[in-house]
Amino acid sequence: MGNKQSVFTHEQLEAYQDNPFRQRIAQVFSDDGDGHMTLDNFLDMFSVMSEMAPRDLKAYYAFKIYDFNDDGYICAWDLEQTVTKLTRGELSAEEVSLVCEKVLGEADGDHDGRLSLEDFQNMILRAPDFLSTFHIRI
Amino acid sequence: MMMAKKWAKFLRDFENFKAACVPWENKIKAIESQFGSSVASYFLFLRWMYGVNMVLFILTFSLIMLPEYLWGLPYGSLPRKTVPRAEEASAANFGVLYDFNGLAQYSILFYGYYDNKRTIGWMNFRLPLSYFLVGIMSIGYSFLVVLKAMTKNIGDDGGGDDNTFNFSWKVFTSWDYLIGNPETADNKFNSITMNFKEAIIEERAAQVEENVHLIRFLRFLANFFVFLTLGGSGYLIFWAVKRSQEFAQQDPDTLGWWEKNEMNMVMSLLGMFCPTLFDLFAELEDYHPLIALKWLLGRIFALLLGNLYVFILALMDEINNKIEEEKLVKANITLWEANMIKAYNASLSGNSTGPPFFVHPADVPRGPCWETMVGQEFVRLTVSDVLTTYVTILVGDFLRACFVRFCNYCWCWDLEYGYPSYTEFDISGNVLALIFNQGMIWMGSFFAPSLPGINILRLHTSMYFQCWAVMCCNVPEARVFKASRSNNFYLGMLLLILFLSTMPVLYMIVSLPPSFDCGPFSGKNRMFEVIGETLEHDFPSWMAKILRQLSNPGLVIAVVLVMALTIYYLNATAKGQKAANLDLKKKMKQLPQLVASSVPRYAGGPEGLFTLLFKTSHFWKGQEHKHCEVAVPLFP
Repeated sequence: MGNKQSVFTHEQLEAYQDNPFRQRIAQVFSDDGDGHMTLDNFLDMFSVMSEMAPRDLKAYYAFKIYDFNDDGYICAWDLEQTVTKLTRGELSAEEVSLVCEKVLGEADGDHDGRLSLEDFQNMILRAPDFLSTFHIRI
Repeated sequence: MMMAKKWAKFLRDFENFKAACVPWENKIKAIESQFGSSVASYFLFLRWMYGVNMVLFILTFSLIMLPEYLWGLPYGSLPRKTVPRAEEASAANFGVLYDFNGLAQYSILFYGYYDNKRTIGWMNFRLPLSYFLVGIMSIGYSFLVVLKAMTKNIGDDGGGDDNTFNFSWKVFTSWDYLIGNPETADNKFNSITMNFKEAIIEERAAQVEENVHLIRFLRFLANFFVFLTLGGSGYLIFWAVKRSQEFAQQDPDTLGWWEKNEMNMVMSLLGMFCPTLFDLFAELEDYHPLIALKWLLGRIFALLLGNLYVFILALMDEINNKIEEEKLVKANITLWEANMIKAYNASLSGNSTGPPFFVHPADVPRGPCWETMVGQEFVRLTVSDVLTTYVTILVGDFLRACFVRFCNYCWCWDLEYGYPSYTEFDISGNVLALIFNQGMIWMGSFFAPSLPGINILRLHTSMYFQCWAVMCCNVPEARVFKASRSNNFYLGMLLLILFLSTMPVLYMIVSLPPSFDCGPFSGKNRMFEVIGETLEHDFPSWMAKILRQLSNPGLVIAVVLVMALTIYYLNATAKGQKAANLDLKKKMKQLPQLVASSVPRYAGGPEGLFTLLFKTSHFWKGQEHKHCEVAVPLFP
């Protein structure tokens, strides 16, 4: 990776990925939540994203990544952010809100208008391609 | 320890190698990212067909054509292997070869070339037996492979799981974290967007209402027009066949190119234009796009099926004519043979210094060969189909794209947005064309062993040509719908075509007498007698007795009954298991609510929960095989 710094900035990581969630990944795995990762954080990230990590672990970290405001729940605003980042703004606002409504309708088990960790896990662990898409091969 | 590591590494490398060996993977991925999964599904289907045809080709090539080439008598040694004297002058002309007459007809490409000797070569290879068995095995293998693909896809459908978390999965699992290349990422974004749009359209279409009576009348009208079109196309083909029979009576030199190829051209053109008509009529019907697509496919299927069967009826007519002709020719040959015997006796008793009596194989009068004729018809049809497809793509897609692109600068209205604009890739038309082509191959390969080989060439070039055409001249569809999520709809049609195309072949094998003067079964009363002959000569006599007992009607009826009962039982079990499956799903849905209401929240927040989860996940690894109902008491 070039320089001998002990801390990785998220600008440096951006050069390596076109991932729409790259900033969130860096924030989730860094110690102070601002996107700067030490070697330990870096290793944690790759260990969670590798093929060998158990499903529950991946589901937990996926939940944290998609929880943009870090409040422990995926609310409608988090969902809107996710969908917008996924489609790079190509969907109209109406379509985005339709998608968010559908997601909440499908996965919100306790009907509180937001996805808790249990709702999320219940839904994601049944997905056939979760393991194959949520991983980075080094 | 080292060995285990090395073994693991070897396995990983082998998996990578296997993945790299899959042909055209990059091309298909590129198409997938630009056009979405529905267009890519056509190319995946094409690749799968290529695999099936490759196996058929290997069977026919290695077990029929190669032994004949290596160990059979060479060209010119027997009358059936030589071009008759009358046709010799033109035998190597391109026009004649293109029609698969002349030298092409008297070669290993067609049925008529093969000799009926029981064994050939130093290995005593039993060619007639091999010919028959390869024919039957190709059909059996095709059935097996299509059924296997269908049953694999039934598993993929998941029995209803797709709809429970449709949107959630789209949102949370569609991004592929493996992507590192900016262009691929671009393509992935596009494909995700299209996926969402597809899902949203489906969602919205489910919520619209309609005016019933007008709709019903319009639908009736549309079906009426479709009926007219189908009837019209059937009549057109019938008329073309009658005309081609008239042309066959005339002298070939007086006919132009169109008259010679009229039959094939009519069939190909009908296959090209009628689907557009059906599309037009479908505008009246106003169905949900998915249902409209299914109707369209059904109609195109009926059209192509009708065409194929009219063609077969015409062929049967020809075959019967040839069989009648055989009787006349047999009478002529007996006369000719009598003359030859007289001449031979004369040469024996006459001057011994004269030239030895010898009749060149090209001068022997030949009997008609209906099997070769059938093979030729199918090969010609396949070739003309290929040419029509390529020309359509070149003109319809490429030239149109060039015109729209370059004339846009000097045209009054915007060519790219209005008419004609770029073509969309017509998935259903292409898939049906592929399926019917395969049907023709299945029908014709018994009579022309070269047909699978020709098809392999065709599929290979098709892949490259269509991949190029799609990326270069087409645009992604505005409405994205797949007829079936798992391709089962197309596989179902393929199965139906397989069944319908092997029926005429089996009928011909079982009930028509083989020609007396050509092919590996000449001289027998029916083609399948080769099995009986093999049993007599090559198997010990007790085995022959046993097998004869096995074909006892009583035993056969008993076996059929047992099979029917087994099918009924398996069907009932499957239904019962589906119901149990749905029941379990319902229970699972209610489970989180039960659990959430009974477990207190942890004071440690997400980290505490995470440690707990980590522990339970380790615990779970050992408990993997337990029934899920055990989860409830173990959760706290």
